[in-house]
Amino acid sequence: MPAASTRVSPHILRDGMRVLGVAIRAEPKVFTVSVLGSALYAAMTVATATVLGRVTEEVVLPAFRTGDTTAGALAGAAVAIVGVALFKALGVAARRFYAGLMQYRMQARYRRAVTRQYLRLPLAWHHRHPTGQLLSNANADVEAAWAPLAPLPMAVGVVFMLLIAAVSIVLTDLTVAVVGFLVFPAIALLNVVYQRRLAPVATRAQQLRAEVSEVAHESFEGGLVVKTLGREQAETERFAERADALRDANVAVGRVRGLFDPILEALPNLGVLAVLLIGSVRLEAGAMTAGDLVNVAYLFTLLAWPIRALGWVLAEVPRSVVGWTRVRSVLDATGDLPYGPHSLDGAGRAAELEVRELRFAYESDDESGDESDDGSKRHVLHDVSFAARPGQTIAVVGPTGSGKSTLTSLLVRLVDPADGSVLLDGMDVRDIRQGGVAETAALVPQQTFLFDDTVRGNVVLNLDVPDERVWEALRLAQADGFVAALADGLDTKVGERGATLSGGQRQRLALARALVRRPRLLILDDATSSVDPQVEARILNGLREAQQSEDGPGATVVVVAYRKATISLADEVVYIEHGRVLDRGSHSELLRRSEGYRNLVNAYERAEEEHEALESGDDERQDGEREDSDIKGSDIEGSEEALT
Amino acid sequence: MTALSDVSVQEGALSTLRRGLRLSPEFRAGLAGTLLLALVATAGRVVVPIAVQQTIDKGLGATGGPDVGYIRTAVLLCAVAVLITAVSAYAMNVRLYKTSETGLAALRVRAFRHVHDLSMLTQSGERRGALVSRVTGDVDQISQFMQFGGLMIIISVGQLLVASVLMAVYSWPLALMVWLAFVPLALALRWFQRLISTAYTRVRERTGDLLAAVSESVVGASVIRAYGSEERTARRVDETVDATRTAQTRAQGLVALTFPTSELTAAIATAAVVVAGVLLGVDGNLTAGKLVAFLFLVTLFVSPMQTATELLNEAQNAIAGWRRVLGVLDTVPDVADPGEEGTVLPRGPIEVTFEDVGFAYPGGPPVLHGVNVSIQPRSRVAIVGETGSGKTTFAKLLTRLMDPTSGQVRVDGVPLGQVRFSSLRERIVMVPQDGFLFDASLADNIRYGKLDASDEDLLLALTELGLADWLEGLPRGLATPVGQRGESLSAGERQLVALARAYVADPDLLVLDEATSAVDPATEVRIQRALDGVTRGRTAISIAHRLSTAEAADEVIVFDSGRIVQRGPHAELVTEPGVYADLHASWIAQRQI
Repeated sequence: MPAASTRVSPHILRDGMRVLGVAIRAEPKVFTVSVLGSALYAAMTVATATVLGRVTEEVVLPAFRTGDTTAGALAGAAVAIVGVALFKALGVAARRFYAGLMQYRMQARYRRAVTRQYLRLPLAWHHRHPTGQLLSNANADVEAAWAPLAPLPMAVGVVFMLLIAAVSIVLTDLTVAVVGFLVFPAIALLNVVYQRRLAPVATRAQQLRAEVSEVAHESFEGGLVVKTLGREQAETERFAERADALRDANVAVGRVRGLFDPILEALPNLGVLAVLLIGSVRLEAGAMTAGDLVNVAYLFTLLAWPIRALGWVLAEVPRSVVGWTRVRSVLDATGDLPYGPHSLDGAGRAAELEVRELRFAYESDDESGDESDDGSKRHVLHDVSFAARPGQTIAVVGPTGSGKSTLTSLLVRLVDPADGSVLLDGMDVRDIRQGGVAETAALVPQQTFLFDDTVRGNVVLNLDVPDERVWEALRLAQADGFVAALADGLDTKVGERGATLSGGQRQRLALARALVRRPRLLILDDATSSVDPQVEARILNGLREAQQSEDGPGATVVVVAYRKATISLADEVVYIEHGRVLDRGSHSELLRRSEGYRNLVNAYERAEEEHEALESGDDERQDGEREDSDIKGSDIEGSEEALT
Repeated sequence: MTALSDVSVQEGALSTLRRGLRLSPEFRAGLAGTLLLALVATAGRVVVPIAVQQTIDKGLGATGGPDVGYIRTAVLLCAVAVLITAVSAYAMNVRLYKTSETGLAALRVRAFRHVHDLSMLTQSGERRGALVSRVTGDVDQISQFMQFGGLMIIISVGQLLVASVLMAVYSWPLALMVWLAFVPLALALRWFQRLISTAYTRVRERTGDLLAAVSESVVGASVIRAYGSEERTARRVDETVDATRTAQTRAQGLVALTFPTSELTAAIATAAVVVAGVLLGVDGNLTAGKLVAFLFLVTLFVSPMQTATELLNEAQNAIAGWRRVLGVLDTVPDVADPGEEGTVLPRGPIEVTFEDVGFAYPGGPPVLHGVNVSIQPRSRVAIVGETGSGKTTFAKLLTRLMDPTSGQVRVDGVPLGQVRFSSLRERIVMVPQDGFLFDASLADNIRYGKLDASDEDLLLALTELGLADWLEGLPRGLATPVGQRGESLSAGERQLVALARAYVADPDLLVLDEATSAVDPATEVRIQRALDGVTRGRTAISIAHRLSTAEAADEVIVFDSGRIVQRGPHAELVTEPGVYADLHASWIAQRQI
């Protein structure tokens, strides 16, 4: 979290009230009920003290003085005490329940809103915001924004309670009231100071908890690297450094608590003692009764705790404002991908694709401060143009990091280009209505993503298709075998991100997900990199057959590939280097014309030739070593026999 | 693969506490002093009722009219007592926070280190999230309890005791009555607490589902868009949001019910005190002051009862968390570092021998059978075979990410289990297929292989690997931030960084497990050639789908169904009918147009 956005503005209180206003306007009924409950509770708290004062004065003391009492007086006292408590109980239950209800409703409302926004905003916006930040916007920030709602009704009730108490004490005795007017505001004020002091250290502890968690996450996720390089100690030190910082922050929180809690505890006690002292002087002067004294002293005891609610609300306000600001920044984010009005109608026909002078650059997150200099703009595509007639297959070939994956995401309009355009059936993808591109084109990305759902759910997603079609797609993706072997077949849950499957299996499901849609444009971004060569060959054969079937090609295909077998599916090859199209044409044309292309696709053959040349010169030295190793590998003959 | 020691079922709360305290002696530092301070702090809670009683009985009720002088003395003494109480409470708080946080930080770090020593971390991605919770959420839960609950328990229990003693001193029949009035409340709250605890477990589960659903909408953003499945994801998020809200509301409803219960009980106790007290007083067994003091003492009973419900929840969570952390610490690393007694291998080319090595995951079928092989120093060996044939298991045994179930792996004649980890990890380095990168700069990531490498060393390494061109294409060169898990780079680029990282580590045996699977052929061949150059003089073992590696290797080892089925130079194997010839045929077919 950038430090800048957690800074508390001078208008924090006003901003905080504004946030609370949003909630009150959204849930006026719930808020009203909780405040009414709180007011009832407040009134009855003061009433409890009054009743006890009166009972002391009118029932207890006379009885002790005279040594006599009546059953009626005692019953009256008991009924008064319990009756007041009944209303107080009703008030507290209503307050707690409706305050909670309001808080949870607001949380739910804004979690939905934020996630809706995540689903609506374009991918370019996602690229600018780290995953962790977006997750905390929907979770921690929403929670922080509405955290003051829980103690809010109580705080409103406390204000009411203080007013009644003030009237009650003033009516009892003005001199004693002075003690009250000193002690109650002191408690309220001190708690405000307390919460103000606590907020920054608590926020820091919270921040450090997140950092400790980040280090642990990253370190465990990279566990294999840590272990293979023997970096456990260095990692432990890195973690210990954060853990110690968290320890210090927690102790700092403890110091603030440890200081203020006892003072807040002691203040009302000192108040009661002062009341006893002053009260007895006033009593001696005949200005008040013993019952009044008990009433006021008891009131001090009862009010000591609720008064703190003011501080609780105020404590949450800065965090609330920060949380709200972050939530708002998601909700107010523009950078919409505006959709056009047009539909594509080409059911059953392969699509026509044209790419005109595409340019694209990634921008880094504006909010991450130091990284936003010009140097971080990474231009990945420059003036990329090519076209595919319906049913054609285009191979996009280029070295690692040349911008191929970016190009595929532009083709299905995951992002919009800085310049240039992508045309499907002659129509700019930006003019197509929402959902239109997804109905036409299917991208199988290099990085597979599976949902925590069943195999069927992952393949069909929002599509309504019979299981036969799912199996058909799985067959084409060479995934039918392992899916049939799963315990629940199509109904097997794949776990979060498909954790229960191997990389190759995940890739094949992702491929089936694209094929089941019978897309008119199929885009494969190195979509079989984790699949065995044999299996990959079968997949490619299947695709080739589908393309050459009697009904004619169902799809136009763009395939990012290195392997010649894949390239061989293509009618045309687009060769990209550093984001520029260096050449286009058939494989053999490119082999002839483009040195980069030749080096890339013939890399293995060239290496082989060089190796063989080297081999013949090296033979004598290496033969000696090989003999040596053959003797030790004595099990091999046996197993070979078993094989033949 | 070891399962985490699952002690949670059998072990009681007390024995967890005992074990936990034994393992973290930090918690006990100065405990006696802290408890003494706690006692003083708690005793201070009854100062006010005593003052009330003294004022009414001895002051106001003094024979011959109110004795203000006595009241003044009593009140001043009580005020001093209140101040002493506050100071003691402060001292107790700070001591408790310091010792508990020190203990917890140490526990956290110890558990973190232990997790890295467990082989399951490198084997099972599914458990990773759970392991993270062991060193974060679980410890935080104990901390939270200590920060809030720990103090409250001391004070609450103390408060109940002190108040009870004072009540009994004033009037034992009344004290008994108050106790009787609060017994049903204690039972009711205990019952509520169970319901509340279950309700909050539900809230946590629902919140977990919610976070998972939200995270899918963020992490899966591109797939969701590419397939236009926004509606479907939104529906799922809505379901979890609603389920969470329902669970929260239910839990809140239960909590809201405990308050009226306490209020009513307190009122009934108060009414009973008044009625019984007056009757006792009429008989001359009680003074007015003591009766009024009882009214104050009853309020001291309510708050501990009320907080007890929350406390019990927190305590249960903390104990459960602690138990889970201890469970991690109890898990014996199945691949243990021999430490000081272990052998340190001298530098130089490494020879590897597998003697009748077999391996099976616990409860699983064998994945490797009777592997006998010797890999000569300075040789370049390619391991090939279909997915699931045992190649990666072979590599993991060779790098001692796990130990064989049977047989022996030796390096330079020394059993692998006897080699000190520091020496082993320095001399044998594996580059896994998934080139995991840390969220730092490119330079930091490569330097991870050799912490004292200078920027020049890194540039040199990249140049030697033939990656200088690629580096130049990056906007900020070595300072380029790679993003979380390196996601700002492409899959192929991440592999390049992982390779460079292993390269600067300068091992004597380099094991590549599909380390260039996402890299383009030209770059791959360039890297291969560079590695060949530098691996002269050391041993290199690579596992690869792409058989270009096999063609260039001195020797090829072919795995099939957990056995070595063929072995020899490429030129020989390719001419014999067998697994290798088949693999090679489909590899060649891929390269044909």
